[in-house]
Amino acid sequence: MTEEFLFVKKLVDKHGTHREVLMPILQTVIEEKRFLSEVMMNEIALQLDISPAQVYGTATFYTFLDVENRGKYVIRICKSIIAEMKGKKEIQKALENRLKIKMGETTPDNMFTLLETNDIGWSDEEPSMLINEMPYTNLTPEKVISIINELQQN
Amino acid sequence: MNTQIKLTIDNIKVSVDYGTTILNAAKSLNIKIPTLCYHPDLCIAGNCRVCVVEQEGSRNLIAACATPAAEGMVIHTNSLRVRTARKAMLELLLSEHNSECTTCYKNTDCELQSLSAEYKITKNQLIDLVPYHHYTIDNYSPSIIKDDSKCIRCQRCVRTCEELQSVSALSVAYRGEKMKISTFAEKPMFDVICTNCGQCVNRCPVGALVENNYLDDVWEAIYNPNKHVVVQTAPAVRIALGEDLGIDHGTIVTGKMVAALKKLGFDAVLDTDFSADLTIMEEGTELLTRLKKTLVDKDPSVKLPMMTSCSPGWIKFLEHQFPQLLPNLSTCKSPQQMFGALAKTYYPKKKGINPADIVSVSIMPCTAKKFEANRPEMRSSGYQDVDYVLTTRELAVMIKQAGLDFNILEEEKFDTIMGDSTGAAVIFGASGGVMEAALRTAYEIVTGREVPFENLNILPVRGMDGVKEVDVKIEGTLPEWSFLEGATLKTAIAHGLVNAKKVMQLVASGEAAYHFIEIMACPGGCLGGGGQPIPTNPEIRMKRNKAIYEEDSGMVLRKSHDNPEVAAVYKEYLGAPNSHLAHELLHTHYTDRKKTEK
Amino acid sequence: MIDITNRNLKKTDVIFGECGHKDSGKLPILETIIKKEADEIIDEIIESGLKGRGGAGFPTGLKWKFCSMNPVSEKYVVCNADEGEPGTFKDRDILLKVPEKVFAGMAICGHVIGAKEGYLYLRGEYLFMVPKLNAILTWFNAKIKDLGYDFAISIRRGSGAYVCGEETALIESMEGKRGESRNKPPYPVAEGFRNKPTVINNVETFVDVAMIQKYGVECFKKLGTQDSRGSKVFSISGDTLKPGVYELEMGMKLSDFVDEFGDGDTKAVQVGGASGFCVPRKHFAETIIGFEGIPTGGSMMLFNSSRSMYNVLLNYLEFFADESCGQCTPCRVGCQQLVKGIEAVKSGKKDADYLNVLLKLTDAMKTTSKCGLGQSVANPCSSIIGNFVEEMIY
Repeated sequence: MTEEFLFVKKLVDKHGTHREVLMPILQTVIEEKRFLSEVMMNEIALQLDISPAQVYGTATFYTFLDVENRGKYVIRICKSIIAEMKGKKEIQKALENRLKIKMGETTPDNMFTLLETNDIGWSDEEPSMLINEMPYTNLTPEKVISIINELQQN
Repeated sequence: MNTQIKLTIDNIKVSVDYGTTILNAAKSLNIKIPTLCYHPDLCIAGNCRVCVVEQEGSRNLIAACATPAAEGMVIHTNSLRVRTARKAMLELLLSEHNSECTTCYKNTDCELQSLSAEYKITKNQLIDLVPYHHYTIDNYSPSIIKDDSKCIRCQRCVRTCEELQSVSALSVAYRGEKMKISTFAEKPMFDVICTNCGQCVNRCPVGALVENNYLDDVWEAIYNPNKHVVVQTAPAVRIALGEDLGIDHGTIVTGKMVAALKKLGFDAVLDTDFSADLTIMEEGTELLTRLKKTLVDKDPSVKLPMMTSCSPGWIKFLEHQFPQLLPNLSTCKSPQQMFGALAKTYYPKKKGINPADIVSVSIMPCTAKKFEANRPEMRSSGYQDVDYVLTTRELAVMIKQAGLDFNILEEEKFDTIMGDSTGAAVIFGASGGVMEAALRTAYEIVTGREVPFENLNILPVRGMDGVKEVDVKIEGTLPEWSFLEGATLKTAIAHGLVNAKKVMQLVASGEAAYHFIEIMACPGGCLGGGGQPIPTNPEIRMKRNKAIYEEDSGMVLRKSHDNPEVAAVYKEYLGAPNSHLAHELLHTHYTDRKKTEK
Repeated sequence: MIDITNRNLKKTDVIFGECGHKDSGKLPILETIIKKEADEIIDEIIESGLKGRGGAGFPTGLKWKFCSMNPVSEKYVVCNADEGEPGTFKDRDILLKVPEKVFAGMAICGHVIGAKEGYLYLRGEYLFMVPKLNAILTWFNAKIKDLGYDFAISIRRGSGAYVCGEETALIESMEGKRGESRNKPPYPVAEGFRNKPTVINNVETFVDVAMIQKYGVECFKKLGTQDSRGSKVFSISGDTLKPGVYELEMGMKLSDFVDEFGDGDTKAVQVGGASGFCVPRKHFAETIIGFEGIPTGGSMMLFNSSRSMYNVLLNYLEFFADESCGQCTPCRVGCQQLVKGIEAVKSGKKDADYLNVLLKLTDAMKTTSKCGLGQSVANPCSSIIGNFVEEMIY
């Protein structure tokens, strides 16, 4: 009984094994584990009786269903044109400097992953970003640094 | 609802059945609309957009393959708008495609190339996108090479793997510009649940999925004076090879094929049909033994239903998906591997050749056979039993390379001592064939009489139904088999792994009470194998099927146990079916791959 | 909300106005509605002239009529809250402020077409709303059950894919698959979720339905123009001093809009998000925002003269190249060609004439793409290249 088996089993017991439940299951894994490991995808495939390639194919379609290692806090900076106009670059620089990583990377302590994403629905309050599911808006370089500081203290 | 739909295509009025697509409506008028993602074996994808046509009154063009004809539609298949759009589609596909056509394995056999030629795409102004994609080539598998730089994302392979085979080793992954056809986590095909059946290869319109070919290795062996090169030809090759050499579908070309192989320089041209007959002796005996052990001895270690083991795609499927049923598989090797084991033991012994000098080549309608030949357990002779496996298509290439005019070759006969066969072996190439052959022999062993079907033709096991169930009542048994008196032998036959899966689910759940099951990985059986000429489709499979049964009924010997060379190999070498030596050479074991994912 | 000063713009309060709330314990209008005949409701919605608020503008009443006529008994209502169009955020506010009205609209639809289940397909970016929405739904579902009406709404979430706003891609996603759009026909009203007849409408559309039922058809018809009835919720962003969500009457002149929201130096307005049209200053006065002019799902992005329209177009095209589902040739490859193409012209690797090749390409994409995503890439492309050609080259 691997950890992954039990994790998926719990979800399957709740949702069933129909193909429709693949999305909720993948979403739950992301919420709790931040990314989908190969072992996890294999386990999901096994318990839903679909092929591992189908799990992988579905996951990679969606921006938030990451199949690569992600930190405890996944930061996604909005890269829409409005965000760009309102100072997305400065926010990105501030985060890169503060976390000492580049876009697409994860901090060595596995706390933060820095990514870009398409419009997150806050063009009236750009620049904006998501940290896991929470939106942060009207960002300034000072504001993002204090957000990171706060998260680090938790 | 109207059952007939009237529409106008290119100014011709036509009436078609409700539900008919514009593509098929046009076809009924002999108007050809070009396609790429469409394949008659598969569900409609409508994604290549090459088949777009103009519908009067519609702002956008519509995909002919995906749009059902509607009452009063006025369609133009070759208007200026249509031609411009089609050219644009081809230019777009070419810009994303590695167009090194002259060095492509599919050069001149590529649907994209043909369409580009047809539409004279001579100056594509678009930017070459290939350098921007990090395309990879996967050539780890002995069976299949996957070259993403050639892929046009038509998804025929994905649909094949899912709809026909229920394997889904391939899936569409990522989206947008990064969208690609991928295995699980982009692992090599060799490392995933791929069965190597090659149905994807058979349907790939371009050179993205091709067989791993061994043409040069085989030529080298032929030209090596120190090697004795024996070749075996599978039952389904002889009824399809002609298609790649300009001969009509469903033409039997056995004699010409043998002549060609001899001209190519093989030292001995032998027949997998011989070992197919041998398989029946081994498998028939195994079945009767299993029946006795379960029904009389009540031995719990012996499993029923027994399942055939000729099809290596099917074997790997079961190893991955239903490992708990591996004890149900017949331990018999496939005819190819039985032949291979004898080709480096019995054959050299009889011919006075050093087995080390033998190169064993097989011609197969199959890509999974390439994998099978490379399995570590397939070295019973002390050598790799089968050195090279060529597909039907590769043989056609060799014949062309040698400059032979296949059509005018004088027919020749197989060499001895592994070249004789019966009609029972020929039908191995069709779904139901192994079952029919086994019944012809087993029934006679048990009753001393021929199977109670006219002219030995067990018609209920034949045909293209995905799953066939046939009951055979056993009456008038010989004393030795009296425990079977009055019993009904329950059999099932499935072809295409999607159908195999259905049967296996019944077996696994205990819902089905079969005694004997025949499974072939490919639709129609080997005649529709992944190594067969392209295209393969329902119509072509029917023609090949007809040819196989014609060949059977034209043969003097129709039952495996009547094969004189098979009788000889038992008498002079193996002893009896399922003997110790037979087990050593002709039987094998299987691997649970669920855990290893290999 | 900030006040409107331009007298030609009519601020309305249909969508966000008070009307039943969880805190008050009162359902919006449903008590009376479920006693009405389905046909009567359909006729009223048709009569109101309401068109879908997602952007495509299909007449809502007609859609419901097609679905209600379908004899299949299992049917579904889906609310499309996959608001992914760049520059759009009005559904966010609607769901945060008046979710009860959205659910009421869905329940009315369920009553009309004979569905027992409704789903809110919520974009992954709005995951933060789920706890609150679920709490309201628990109350709402119990409340309509008390009314003796067999209908329940639950949430299905997206996970970051713009194309899932396309209704058939949305259905695929709800079925646990890649969000690849389907071939049409069949349309969802015939074969949708689980291949059963399904009505899919935008968040705002459902609210409009509820409000038409509450205030009456005539009240709704008084707003807007002949072709564009009612009010519309706009998402206003970019070079404006007052970005945000505004509910305005349909059929306004773009010049009036710019007067109100521009920063005094507005060079262009992108109407309808990345997939919409770019209108340059010279056309502001003659442009009507509505189905008779430029329809919009509500996104209005303003650009002043300091902005490079090349950067704007490049940003949009990179967005499409990433967000295309990738299945059909024109959209998948076309988007990549457009990105690389305008970069090549800008950098001088291709001469200016190449822009014409690209415009022809967008024509082909428009007529051959499988779904609205690929079909609409031509809109920003032709309107930005056409109006700001110098910025593309120099």
